[in-house]
Amino acid sequence: MLQAFAILLCLQLAGETLVRAIGSPLPGPVIGLALLFVWLTARIPIPQTTHETADGILKHLSLLFVPAGVGVVQQLPLLGAEGWMLLTIILVSIALSLAATAITFAAVAKLMKIDAGEERP
Amino acid sequence: MINFVDLWVYLSGSPLLWLTVTLVAYIAADAISAACGRHPLANPVLMSILFISAVLLISKTAFPSYFAGAQFIHFLLGPATVALAVPLYRHLPEVKRMFVPMIAALFVGSVVSITSAVLLAKWFGLSKIATLALAPKSATAAIAMGVAEKVQGDPALTAVMVIMTGISGAIIVTPLMNLLRLKNYAARGFAAGLVSHGIGTARAFQVNPLAGTFAGIALGLNGVLTAILVPLLLPWLL
Repeated sequence: MLQAFAILLCLQLAGETLVRAIGSPLPGPVIGLALLFVWLTARIPIPQTTHETADGILKHLSLLFVPAGVGVVQQLPLLGAEGWMLLTIILVSIALSLAATAITFAAVAKLMKIDAGEERP
Repeated sequence: MINFVDLWVYLSGSPLLWLTVTLVAYIAADAISAACGRHPLANPVLMSILFISAVLLISKTAFPSYFAGAQFIHFLLGPATVALAVPLYRHLPEVKRMFVPMIAALFVGSVVSITSAVLLAKWFGLSKIATLALAPKSATAAIAMGVAEKVQGDPALTAVMVIMTGISGAIIVTPLMNLLRLKNYAARGFAAGLVSHGIGTARAFQVNPLAGTFAGIALGLNGVLTAILVPLLLPWLL
């Protein structure tokens, strides 16, 4: 658990360092994700607890957005009269993009006759 | 006898109180969400946020003092992003098989997300600063704020749009996909992550691990594509 957490932090740190070094537009943690993925696919030994720790953090990913979300609520009065319009636009725009993304994905998968794991609950 | 005023002054100044409140509020919200059979409206993020905001309002606590405690939770977003590599690696065979549908959906979804937001904002006659904040709304917060800066937008307002997009998407994705009768959980998860970044990914992991994995991939890919597409598309759309 402790080792696994140290690995995640080291890779994030490496990511942040790389971002600064090469001026990448990607955030450091995304580079860290790529580094861990390379590590795993290269089958370099990694403590088994890394898998459990990663699953543990991701199981409660929702929790991690709460502080930022509370910050957003504090900002809401600043939106003023535009607030409701912004919310309406967001709702319409995300409904369109969710539908477009999922339909494209499912349609292309069907065209290519890829079984899409539809039986999974 | 404890002097409650002194106790409050002491506790409200230390990170312990707000860290505890955040954790307990989330555990309660998660229990309610589970009791409601993970109904999309019983979103644990939204419930925790509303509860904590009410507590802050009643106790007249300013956000910086709240964040002094909550930052320890906020900080974990970094390692959690790195951790997304683990389910990605575990589901690699499915991901490889779905490569072409994924890339097609990525381009369609990203373009629809940016274009619809900007065109609707123009149609509603929104200010330029609000329009610019809406354009990268589906990218993860760190990327969206960077994009906003690049196109002379307001990073703070953009962050607000990003979180609103995340929560709304996490709530509507399940009913919308059921309405469209889409049973492909890879497609459903991918859409959730593409549109609603981390919060959509959190929702997808609640529903199904395969959906969560594809959401995590979409979150990463669309973050990159949004950073490329917004500066390219804006001159055409504005």
